[in-house]
Amino acid sequence: MSISFLLLIIAVIGVAGYLFGSWRANALAGGKLSSLHSRPGYYGSFVAIWSILPALVVILVWIIASPIYISSTVRGGFPEEVKATSQAEQNLAYNMIGAISRGLNTLSAQEREAMFQDSATARTVLAAKGVPLAADPAPYMLTSADDLNRMTQASSTFLSILVIIAALAGAFLSYRAIAPKFRARNRVEGVMLVSLIAASSIAILTTVGIVASMATEAIHFFNMVPAWEFFFGTTWDPRFAAAGATASAGQFGLIPLLAGTLYIGFVAMLVAVPVGLFAAIYMSEYASRTVRSIAKPLLEVLAGIPTIVYGFFALITVGPFLRDISAQLNGLVTGNYASFIQAQSVLTAGIVMGIMLIPYVSSLSDDIITAVPRALRDGSLGLGATRSETIKRVIMPAALPGVVGALLMTASRAIGETMIVVLAAGVAARMQLNPFEPMTTVTVKIVNQLTGDLEFTSPQTLVAFALGITLFAITLCLNIYALYIVRKYREQYE
Amino acid sequence: MSQVSTSPSMAAVGASAKPERRDIGLRGRYAAERRFRFYGMAAIAFGLLFLFLLLFSVVSKGYTAFQQTMITIPVEFSQQIIDKNNERATNPQKLVTANYPVVARNALAKVLGVSEDDRAGLKAVNGMISDSVRVQLRNLVTADPSIIGTTQKVTFLAHGDLDSAFKGQIDLSVPETNRKVSDKQVGWMNQLAESGALSKHFNTGLFTNGASSRPEAAGVGVALIGSLYMMLIVLVLSLPIGVAASIYLEEFAPKNRFTDLIEVNINNLAAVPSIVYGLLGLAVFINFAGFPRSAALVGGLVLTLMTLPTIIIATRAALKAVPPSIRAAALGLGASKMQTVFHHVLPLAMPGILTGTIIGLAHALGETAPLLLIGMVAFVADVPATPMDPATALPVQIYMWANEAERAFVERTSGAIIVLLIFLILMNVGAILLRRRFERRW
Repeated sequence: MSISFLLLIIAVIGVAGYLFGSWRANALAGGKLSSLHSRPGYYGSFVAIWSILPALVVILVWIIASPIYISSTVRGGFPEEVKATSQAEQNLAYNMIGAISRGLNTLSAQEREAMFQDSATARTVLAAKGVPLAADPAPYMLTSADDLNRMTQASSTFLSILVIIAALAGAFLSYRAIAPKFRARNRVEGVMLVSLIAASSIAILTTVGIVASMATEAIHFFNMVPAWEFFFGTTWDPRFAAAGATASAGQFGLIPLLAGTLYIGFVAMLVAVPVGLFAAIYMSEYASRTVRSIAKPLLEVLAGIPTIVYGFFALITVGPFLRDISAQLNGLVTGNYASFIQAQSVLTAGIVMGIMLIPYVSSLSDDIITAVPRALRDGSLGLGATRSETIKRVIMPAALPGVVGALLMTASRAIGETMIVVLAAGVAARMQLNPFEPMTTVTVKIVNQLTGDLEFTSPQTLVAFALGITLFAITLCLNIYALYIVRKYREQYE
Repeated sequence: MSQVSTSPSMAAVGASAKPERRDIGLRGRYAAERRFRFYGMAAIAFGLLFLFLLLFSVVSKGYTAFQQTMITIPVEFSQQIIDKNNERATNPQKLVTANYPVVARNALAKVLGVSEDDRAGLKAVNGMISDSVRVQLRNLVTADPSIIGTTQKVTFLAHGDLDSAFKGQIDLSVPETNRKVSDKQVGWMNQLAESGALSKHFNTGLFTNGASSRPEAAGVGVALIGSLYMMLIVLVLSLPIGVAASIYLEEFAPKNRFTDLIEVNINNLAAVPSIVYGLLGLAVFINFAGFPRSAALVGGLVLTLMTLPTIIIATRAALKAVPPSIRAAALGLGASKMQTVFHHVLPLAMPGILTGTIIGLAHALGETAPLLLIGMVAFVADVPATPMDPATALPVQIYMWANEAERAFVERTSGAIIVLLIFLILMNVGAILLRRRFERRW
């Protein structure tokens, strides 16, 4: 029986358990509900929980344990000369057995018979059934595959029986436990509370998952490439080694990527910070209610547009525009109509990313500026300062820590942004200061290294995880520091 | 405003009447005030200008993608070309491998009066027809072999370059050798258009077709299905988990180290770059757990993890907005803590929670970077039957088309972006309406 069918059976048993449980509670109460400890639905839920939960646990354990057991048994049955080969070759043999076993299920009895008579025909027979094999299988593989099929079959039957027994036993025992004094509600609420806690620990699990997964792969990488060569190397040239070559040909220097990331981020902040800050100031201090109610949501639309759309905008519109206008400028000044801004450049990516960041800066700083107490404003205006003087000399200094926090959060977004730079910044890892030339970023290289065929053993693939953990660490530090500043600042006025 | 405009004249009057009055720099200060105000307006105008430019650039390039040039002509399914030796009864493969493009080419050549011996002419005629005609005619013939030998009226796609030319996107003043359609083809195009054989139709293929290397036959249909699967997975997983987590943190959690840790964690996860979630998905779901690459299931799981913090933050805000008096009243009437939350607080917070969820989903729908890493940048031409099959997503399709060099793909890409933006607008408008309709002020 397939897992989904089993789940359906469990669900049916659970629903039945609920109905029987509530019905029995009602019957026990005999029309006088107040004689029960809990409402009848809780008795029903109690039975349902005990029919479903143990069965689910059985399925989960089985899904994890059974393939491990089957694989070790099959490998144990390998001939001695195969066992003597390397682990990688044994894995290869095992994968082939898996493919054969899938193919065996599609054969009729006669075809099977014929194939077992002559293992040399196996490859062509299976290929005809849509199961391609990499090589002609050795005779032992056919019997192993047959064993594998039988064991999988047995395991599946056994699981089905076990799960149904578990569900029925749980339902029966909990049904028996129902009595007027039985504290069903407390039991059910206990289970609910545990599941709430489990749900909130997913946040922790995600972080642990991020750190652990990236750290393990990064450590694999650092086993092949020394850490200092990665962190302090100034050349990025990860040549893809030819198949079979194990040498870690190529240089993995982080510095040029980091330089590009920070440079593009800097240009983006140069656009986003003045525009965003002035927009926030105007909106919170000058704008009438109507202007504010129109302009603020419109600006926030910028934050809702997917970054791929910005990337396309940069690639198709902004980049060519900058290129053409630079050609015109150059032509006017020197008479030579050659563009000095390339279509893919630090400037293109920076400007477009800056536009994307405007709403982040403006809405975060808007909140902070509005949080400055009224009294400070009124005091300054009462002393005869103009609005702008009040803003520059009183409100901004008061809001400064919060604004700095907001800017740090925005900067971390600029550093982690991917799609705009993938399309608009270029792929050449260079260290230079000309904003009109293309540079590349950490995120672009992560995407570059991981699209296409992956081999989790080559440094060319694994370097992406080292880059990822670097990126994660930088943005995490920025965010934690920003949160710290913002929190500290908030306490001043509360 | 009136103050600002009258003050310089007042200062001037004052200066002439009472020369001893000190100049305290009011003029300069008011000028600074006006400048400051202007900067603010300019900043907002700059932001809105770019919003407008972005939308204008996409819409002006993309609206033509919703129309497609089609050619409708009588096609003779010639026995001579499709099945010369009449062996289709014994060899059904014959009908699959037959040279259908020639059938279409000859039909068009006949309409245009090009002789069968004019090789260059035939080649130019062939350049006007989309390669997808092969599959289209093959399907017609295999569905009903009896049409061989008859003449049928067939509507098929024009070639992408001819499509661009017919929509006026190719500059015909450029020398003939530098553009993709020749003067001869343009002449034929106009001739066909006048006779009504060539015309623009609504482009249904854009919404039903999958990936294709030929722009005229490429569509976002398959990508839409992939996105739909992922959105369903995100909704089914992240809404219950997110709500459960927020209820615990907001209503039950004691103030201790562990809950503090969870809080800080959630805030940080909301700010982790999305590409990092892609790395997580690659390492955990694909490399460790062995899920298939490019599957919508993995994409859905990754996007779920990415969306969870957004939903948790929105849900907690919604729960916080429910006044404590509701809880006190329920508790006072003898409800347990759990009953209070699930029977009273949660229903009242539901509009806020759903609004946050929709916004989170909209965010997930437009997300590209993590999907690139888990291998969803695949050439997927068939509709994925289950979430375990290779799939692609709408924003990823946009990314792949953006990297295509052909002019006709720019139009397609913009068209796909318009489709994506329409979905996002619908979701956000839905969220706003939901908030307007059900929001309660306490």
